[in-house]
Amino acid sequence: MLVSLNWLNELIDVSDYTPEELAEIITKTGIEVEGVDPVAEAATGVVVGYVKSCGQHPNADKLSLCQVDVGEETLQIVCGAPNIAEGQKVAVATPGAVLPGNFKIKKTKLRGEESNGMICSLQELGVDEKDVPEEYKEGIFVFPENVEPGQDAIKLLNLDDKIIELGLTPNRADAMSMAGVAYEVAAAIDGSYTLEEEQLDTVEEPASNYVSVQVEDAEANPYYGAFVIQDVQVGPSPLWIQNRLTASGIRPINNVVDITNYVLLEYGQPLHAFDFDRFGSDQIVTRRAKDGEVIKTLDDQERTLTPEHLVITNGEEAHAIAGVMGGAKSEVQDDTKTILLEAAYFSPSVVRQSSSDHGLRSESSTRFEKGVDPNRVERAGKRAAELLQKYAGGTVLQGVVSFDELDRSEKQVTIETSVINKRLGTEISPEEIGQILRRLQFTFVQDGEVFHISAPTRRGDIERFEDMLEEVARIYGYDNLPFTLPQGASQAGGLSLNQQLKRKIKAYFEGAGLDETITYSLTKEDWATKLVSPEVEREAVSPVGLAMPMSEEHSHLRLSQLPEMLQSLSYNVARKQNDLAYYEVGTVFISEEENVTKQPREVLRASGALTGQWLAHPWQQEKKEVDFFVVKGIVEGLSELLDIPFEYEKGKLPDMHPGRTAIIKAGGKEIGFIGQVHPKLQKAFGLKETYVFDLNAEELMSQYEKEEAFQTIPRYPSVSRDIALVVDETVAAGDIAATIEEAGAPLVKDVQVFDLYQGEHMEEGKKSLAYNLLYLDPNRTLKDEEVEAAHENILNAVKEQHKAELRS
Amino acid sequence: MKERLEQLKQEALQKVDQATDVQGLKDVRVEYLGKKGPITEVLRGMGKLSKEERPVIGQLANEVRESIAEAIDSKQSRLEDEALEKQLEEESIDVTLPGRPVQVGGPHLLTSIVEEIEDLFIGMGFEIKEGPEVETDYYNFEALNLPKGHPARDMQDSFYVTEELLMRTHTSPVQARTMGQKNGQEPVKMICPGKVYRRDTDDATHSHQFTQMEGLLVDKDVRMSDLKGVLNTFAKQMFGEDRDIRLRPSFFPFTEPSVEMDISCKMCGGEGCSVCKQTGWIEILGAGMVHPNVLEMAGYDPEEYSGFAFGMGPERIAMLKYGVDDIRHFYTNDSRFLKQYHKA
Repeated sequence: MLVSLNWLNELIDVSDYTPEELAEIITKTGIEVEGVDPVAEAATGVVVGYVKSCGQHPNADKLSLCQVDVGEETLQIVCGAPNIAEGQKVAVATPGAVLPGNFKIKKTKLRGEESNGMICSLQELGVDEKDVPEEYKEGIFVFPENVEPGQDAIKLLNLDDKIIELGLTPNRADAMSMAGVAYEVAAAIDGSYTLEEEQLDTVEEPASNYVSVQVEDAEANPYYGAFVIQDVQVGPSPLWIQNRLTASGIRPINNVVDITNYVLLEYGQPLHAFDFDRFGSDQIVTRRAKDGEVIKTLDDQERTLTPEHLVITNGEEAHAIAGVMGGAKSEVQDDTKTILLEAAYFSPSVVRQSSSDHGLRSESSTRFEKGVDPNRVERAGKRAAELLQKYAGGTVLQGVVSFDELDRSEKQVTIETSVINKRLGTEISPEEIGQILRRLQFTFVQDGEVFHISAPTRRGDIERFEDMLEEVARIYGYDNLPFTLPQGASQAGGLSLNQQLKRKIKAYFEGAGLDETITYSLTKEDWATKLVSPEVEREAVSPVGLAMPMSEEHSHLRLSQLPEMLQSLSYNVARKQNDLAYYEVGTVFISEEENVTKQPREVLRASGALTGQWLAHPWQQEKKEVDFFVVKGIVEGLSELLDIPFEYEKGKLPDMHPGRTAIIKAGGKEIGFIGQVHPKLQKAFGLKETYVFDLNAEELMSQYEKEEAFQTIPRYPSVSRDIALVVDETVAAGDIAATIEEAGAPLVKDVQVFDLYQGEHMEEGKKSLAYNLLYLDPNRTLKDEEVEAAHENILNAVKEQHKAELRS
Repeated sequence: MKERLEQLKQEALQKVDQATDVQGLKDVRVEYLGKKGPITEVLRGMGKLSKEERPVIGQLANEVRESIAEAIDSKQSRLEDEALEKQLEEESIDVTLPGRPVQVGGPHLLTSIVEEIEDLFIGMGFEIKEGPEVETDYYNFEALNLPKGHPARDMQDSFYVTEELLMRTHTSPVQARTMGQKNGQEPVKMICPGKVYRRDTDDATHSHQFTQMEGLLVDKDVRMSDLKGVLNTFAKQMFGEDRDIRLRPSFFPFTEPSVEMDISCKMCGGEGCSVCKQTGWIEILGAGMVHPNVLEMAGYDPEEYSGFAFGMGPERIAMLKYGVDDIRHFYTNDSRFLKQYHKA
């Protein structure tokens, strides 16, 4: 809502405040002021000039040579506007004037003729192109007759006005009018304002002689009032009306349309003027549109309607979409003589439906959608009739022809001072509350500390105690509330075990050198099913898709974080950041239904994606590309941190390198995978070798046991033995280690591979694996014979199970 | 004999002094103190001396021996030190060369902000609650006083999955769920951070996915002044002790009264500048007293219980606190962006 400060000041005296002070007060008491801006950039030295004569410039076809009376003198001015003519009153920038854009006007010669100033267009005076009336768009502005040469043109055009831009929340529909804003400002500054009574003179003849009103759907249209105004003369509206429209962002068109718009701004009530002679009947019937009914609206668009839309008809065909836009057929034109003026109440939901279905959001529809003041509908009609009589020469017929089932009752709300204070934490007295209610102009009956309030219908948002609590609080001033802390029994705040674990896991990854990413949950359909962990894949029937996605990029919920993470890697690599190590802990969305009806299960997963160099140290000639074992080391570290053993089994997954992928298990359950992204997919993302892991963080949290008992530090020495074995190259090192642990139990406490060899001196198809074994008995020192026996046992077991030979 | 000893001492000390390496000293030690050395010889000749002279010369001989040994030891230790010094000098390295790198990772800026706020409210006795990102229409809207057809649903155009399921548009449903779990009896004191989604085209100031953090306190006799006190504590800890807050009226369907909280602008100290659009204040969060309909729907008696709620956007806070100029930075994961905020 754009509020002209000059206009506001005529409704309520705000001259004691600077515009900025006023903005601050309005913001703090009720409505956010989003800006205070001049209506146009400042201009000086522009006065009204009377064009005494206007002839052809001797040396230029398109220029005129004018003698212009600017009050104290007559100036010769060369003018290039096509619409300049003798007898006009125009805006003249005299020598020394400064126009917007710091454009200084000087005496000059144009094509040999002296020019002592400039005759201005509205655009040159800083008026926004869209607010300039059609007839002046291509030329200079022409004042109406009733101005005098020498008068300050900037003042006359209201270009010294300032505009307060209000950011209205949906509950404050009352402030979508100058009257509403004036009531609000009056409450805020403790001033006084009342919307003046209309002064309407009518002739004896009743309007009901000419027109009847019939409403078919009283719920959608509880009030419809029709005024008839005869003998109007369509022409420009008075300058002050035009100025106020312009300041409010509405382009002046002609007096009839301008007046309906002016009252819309003044009262907040949209009106519509039909050309009665073009309306085509003497009856107004409002009804639901028929399915497929077509209307050509004022903007020359053919619009197809449904019964969800309400139309104003002449009994046969639609002449307006109720509350949204009039029809082209009965549009007011230059030759219009009789006006059928509509003042109606249309239900917010019906107007919202029409405006959204037709993509038509107008000054009218936005007001109807929020609900207009039922007590102002008919008054607004009267006000417009009054103005049409004064400024369009109309004759107003007596009375309003109406259908009326409108509820105009005021909402009753009772408040108790003590409850107000209990809720706000204040000590406001009943006297102060009475004062606040008077400032708001709410009528009330006071009974000690209790107030029985009738909320005015202009404030449709006031329905219950809490609404009044807010009214009292905001006028009392939020600045005046004390700072207190909650009194209730205090509880120990804190993180749940899982929240702590989540932080622990994240801290671990960061310590291990990974940066945290946050990627989008909504991804491409194709990506939603890529790089999905096998246990998720089995459970999820298909990815969950949006009913109406905005783009293909974000149409489906992810089943894996990895594709969007690869996208992040790809984004960086394209910008020459090649060494990347990322992790993300976030949700994937698993639905077991083909067509989703239930909320998908949201599972927290911990994923990582790495590419490029890992810990390169160039001047020492050390370079290391990220490989499987770098990433596996990180995953193993997590396993150790959480004290949950992971098992790794070679596996094949779509989109993963078939030879470099392992399925990870914990506690006998599949919890994720690790490996190299399939080279084809790498290429699709523009990536070199890229390794990923993906773990079910929730499962890890549920398997996690917080260690409570202290484990004694062993007092006896351990014994270390190495063992080198020759096996077929297909035998997995992990399997051998598992056999060693099993056969060596309980004495073998740790098994580590310390050498892998293949090649020279080694039989084709064989490899050598060397392990270091740690023997320990926590209760005594081990004897050599015991270790020997266990070692022998182990050798037999690996020989038997893996055909392993001791390397000689 | 006495003279002989003195002379030997002088000779020896001189040789010690002249020795330039450990070997030279060893030679001196063997020459003078060895079993075949001149002092031993003197001592052997003691038999010829008188009873009176014998102890005197014996003592002198020992003294000479000791002082030579001492000189040798001290010189040796000096030479060893010098040798070590020399060796270490040769081992010196260029300490300005870069060290072996340790891979340093860090949290995402949003996580840092969220955890900072979490910890701050945990300190005030709040718990952290989480909820589903795919929500039911009921919890996302209806339980929050936004029935179907409510105009305020326009304010947050949503991504629907089905007619009844949608990507949550705010974290407020977690409040409704948490209240619902308490059967309208116990107090609630919670913070819920999380991802939320709205139908916005991604640009410098809009993101279809963003983060929200909401707080809720429901108890008997919760006052609006408590909201002001809690938010003031939060603002001062988060943005600095010298910041002031102000509340101004606003509108949210799930609170009444509703307010927005501004903090005084850090850039200009409240004088007005381009950051605060000349107002001296910067909008930080929305808040209010929980709407009685919301309490009722969650099973609380609004006559007995009251509460306050507030919600903020960590992206916005990060943008204000660190001057991040484009919301898309939070989701493209440019490593230069991520690394920049490790210390945040």
